[in-house]
Amino acid sequence: MNPFSSGTRLRDMIRAIRACKTAAEERAVVRKECAAIRAAINENDQDYRHRNLAKLMFIHMLGYPTHFGQMECLKLIASPGFPEKRIGYLGLMLLLDERQEVLMLVTNSVKQDLNHTNQYIVGLALCALGNICSAEMARDLAPEVERLLQFRDPNIRKKAALCSIRIIKKVPDLAENFINPVAALLKEKHHGVLITGVQLCTDLCKVSPEALEYFRKKCTDGLVRTLRDLVNSPYAPEYDIAGITDPFLHIRLLKLLRVLGRGDADASDSMNDILAQVATKTESNKNAGNAILYECVETIMSIEDNGGLRVLAINILGRFLSNRDNNIRYVALNMLMRAITVDAQAVQRHRATILECVKDSDASIRKRALELVYLLVNESNVKPLTKELVDYLEVSDQDFKGDLTAKVCSIIEKFSPEKSWYIDQMLKVLTEAGNFVKDEVWHALVVVISNASDLHGYTVRALFRALQTTAEQESLVRVAVWCIGEYGDLLVSNAGMLNVEDPITVTESDAVDIVESAIKRHASDLTTKSMALIALLKLSSRFPSCSGRIKDIVVQHKGSLVLELQQRSLEFNSIIEKHQNIRSALVERMPVLDEATFGGRRASSLPNTVSTSSGTAVKLPNGVAKPSAAPLVDLLDLSDDVPAPSSSGGDFLQDLLGVNLPPATQSEGTNQTPKAGTDVLLDLLSIGSTPAQDNNLSTPDILSSGQDNKPIIASLDLLAAPSLTHTTSSTASNMMDLLDGLGPAPPKPAENGPAYPSIVAFESSSLRLTFNFSKQPGNPQTTMISGSFTNLSSNLFTDFVFQAAVPKFLQLHLDPASGNSLPASGNGTITQSLKVTNSQHGKKPLVMRLRIAYKVDGKDVLEEGQINNFPRDL
Amino acid sequence: MGIRFILMVNKQGQTRLAQYYEWLTLEERRALEGDIVRKCLARNEQQCSFVEHSNYKIVYRRYASLFFLVGVDNDENELAILEFIHLLVETMDRHFGNVCELDIMFHLEKAHFMLEEMVMNGCIVETSKSNILSPIQLMEKTS
Repeated sequence: MNPFSSGTRLRDMIRAIRACKTAAEERAVVRKECAAIRAAINENDQDYRHRNLAKLMFIHMLGYPTHFGQMECLKLIASPGFPEKRIGYLGLMLLLDERQEVLMLVTNSVKQDLNHTNQYIVGLALCALGNICSAEMARDLAPEVERLLQFRDPNIRKKAALCSIRIIKKVPDLAENFINPVAALLKEKHHGVLITGVQLCTDLCKVSPEALEYFRKKCTDGLVRTLRDLVNSPYAPEYDIAGITDPFLHIRLLKLLRVLGRGDADASDSMNDILAQVATKTESNKNAGNAILYECVETIMSIEDNGGLRVLAINILGRFLSNRDNNIRYVALNMLMRAITVDAQAVQRHRATILECVKDSDASIRKRALELVYLLVNESNVKPLTKELVDYLEVSDQDFKGDLTAKVCSIIEKFSPEKSWYIDQMLKVLTEAGNFVKDEVWHALVVVISNASDLHGYTVRALFRALQTTAEQESLVRVAVWCIGEYGDLLVSNAGMLNVEDPITVTESDAVDIVESAIKRHASDLTTKSMALIALLKLSSRFPSCSGRIKDIVVQHKGSLVLELQQRSLEFNSIIEKHQNIRSALVERMPVLDEATFGGRRASSLPNTVSTSSGTAVKLPNGVAKPSAAPLVDLLDLSDDVPAPSSSGGDFLQDLLGVNLPPATQSEGTNQTPKAGTDVLLDLLSIGSTPAQDNNLSTPDILSSGQDNKPIIASLDLLAAPSLTHTTSSTASNMMDLLDGLGPAPPKPAENGPAYPSIVAFESSSLRLTFNFSKQPGNPQTTMISGSFTNLSSNLFTDFVFQAAVPKFLQLHLDPASGNSLPASGNGTITQSLKVTNSQHGKKPLVMRLRIAYKVDGKDVLEEGQINNFPRDL
Repeated sequence: MGIRFILMVNKQGQTRLAQYYEWLTLEERRALEGDIVRKCLARNEQQCSFVEHSNYKIVYRRYASLFFLVGVDNDENELAILEFIHLLVETMDRHFGNVCELDIMFHLEKAHFMLEEMVMNGCIVETSKSNILSPIQLMEKTS
């Protein structure tokens, strides 16, 4: 019986499946077949085994589970006949993978087959091994495969070579054994063996640097010669594709030459001629030729510099770029990205073509072109390039817009020559694609706007105009609302007009109108509405005449179901009604946010986005600030976690004038936290000291009036290290006594909250450990703990080591301790910082087990304990 | 490592041949196949034959009713893979004589054998049609 006429049974099954009209029918047919196959397996049916396996493979391809057939594969492999083995191995490769334990059972069969007299069977075994062997199998069977590398039949040699690739990948230690046989393989004539030998050589070089050295010295010339023979070879019908003999071999050889030539001048030299020959002689009207040229260009780019060759390569790329075939253009764009590192000038010449590609109808080409453009931007061409990109933003499709917006914003930010241009471009982007703009981007825009004091009037007017025309883009609305709130008076008074502007007349009520419409828009989300509310508060102070109207608008949200809005509405309402005297102080101009520190912070990319301005957003004194400082923290920090618990909100009178204790302890604690912004810290400290003095002097002024744009920014930013605010706060701590909103005071409660008192975590007769907590705003799951150890005994502790363990839902990170010897009787302390991230924040409190080891008089002492008294909401 | 998978899918999205050179579970395979095929079917003739998907590229070509998709690493030469697809089709054509989708379906194991001779562990092994087809023809003669 011919086992390969899988008989009518397989055909019937396929026909039956094809005839199914619905997925349910198909499932039913498959289920029936599987049942039949399973029954046959149970009966150990010999005759139809291969047929069943063929059916199983078809079913597997359709996506149904077929693990019950795996043992069948093994049985088939073990049978003596070639056809059975064939199907068995095929099944093995399709249905199993290297992770299955069943594979181990096959090892013995494969070993026997590797030594079989029938070379086709040897080939089968090699094939299977090469496709799915695991590391153990590889180790077991490697010697066999090595032997087969020198077999008389070229087919076996080539399969053995490929099998070796997998072996050295799985077990890199065995690589040395293969180096010598491979050198012999490289001299072969048979193309199949040559291709696989070259491939094996490439992989060996990747895996083992000694192999790389060896091949570089011994084989480079041989390879160059082989390539030359290939290029010059006459017509060979067997391997000819489109007039070129075996382009695949060309490409493989070029790849290997690339690996050998990279980083080595001698090898690169020996290749120059042949590369030049390939680059010039290959015909490029057929795909095969282009494939070879592509590989050649890649190789030229990667090996050591040779001016002439590089020029040649870039010319080829230029030709590719203007080819009508999209495939070629795509490939060219890809290569150009690589070429930029090598020769940026040459690539700049093709800028216009690349810009055209950004607008191409083909999505893949657009993506590549955009990335390439991004790499091409420099100071001289940023303006025209950006103009092109922003223009294209209007017409691009939705799925591309996201990418495009991100890239454009990034370009604008990195290369903007002056602030007015930056603001202009960002406005355009926001108008077109504000919904795709990420939060950091428009936060940065706000920072820049606040820094460009001469442009405030211009900016706010431009935003006003933009908002009047389109109010669809969320980010635009937010930025506009913020600006109108801050600089509303400039808007109305038309102050600071630049001569490129047209005058517009905006009355106070217009300004209020537009902010009101921002609130009323049902598409506005929580952040926008909150920002609008606070903008209204600012406007009510700047435009006292509209106060009544503003109050009405604010009051409408008193009953809002969203806590945030309700809270703001109530508090602002009370400010407007009852606290007229401090209102103007509350909503003074915000101090300028420092771009440099802000930029440094962004570079260290903390999870919480800008809360720099948040704490100082509105200068509310401590007491009132605490409940509403929390929402203010969220003003520009769009994390939607619950605002920092406002503990003593009711007791605001006392806190109004009182000094906040926690910050004092935090400052000492978090000083240890070595954050990414340490160099930024240094900068601040250097400028922070003098402003401290200024602060003290100017304190009386702040209460009375006044816009204060002094760069006392240093103290104001909530930067990467809370330590920054804290250090400056400690220098300016006396400021907190007064109603000074400039102070870091608001940040403190917002950031850590007096809700986290320090605890005595562990106390024994000889040792006390105190923990102080702080959290970064916007990151409630992570708590910075600063632990301080005090020695209560009268002996000196040496070799002091502190270890801690936490349950699975917490992550703990320990910083090095400040020292390892603890003077006696509390004469000194050791401090150590920890960082705990609570993945079940809010649901489970922190717990920690400690183990403290130290030496007293040379004797080891060990203390252990568990801390259960962490504050609840850490 | 070079080629990650080779798929032959018809225009309705039904897989006719699937050969994976890296391990993916069944659900992942189905999801992957559905995803990629949708992307390729949505493209028209003028667009280029390369699609980027997660961390690898798909090179595809359409022959009559069948799409040939090859998933490759990012650093692979795409044009060479296009050539390879064409070589595969020509080999099958030589063996089956005017190969069509039904041929592949009903002789799935033969198509697999051919593919196995050409690609092993994600690398192209043999590119000469006669070398590829000789063991298969031998097998047919003996049976």
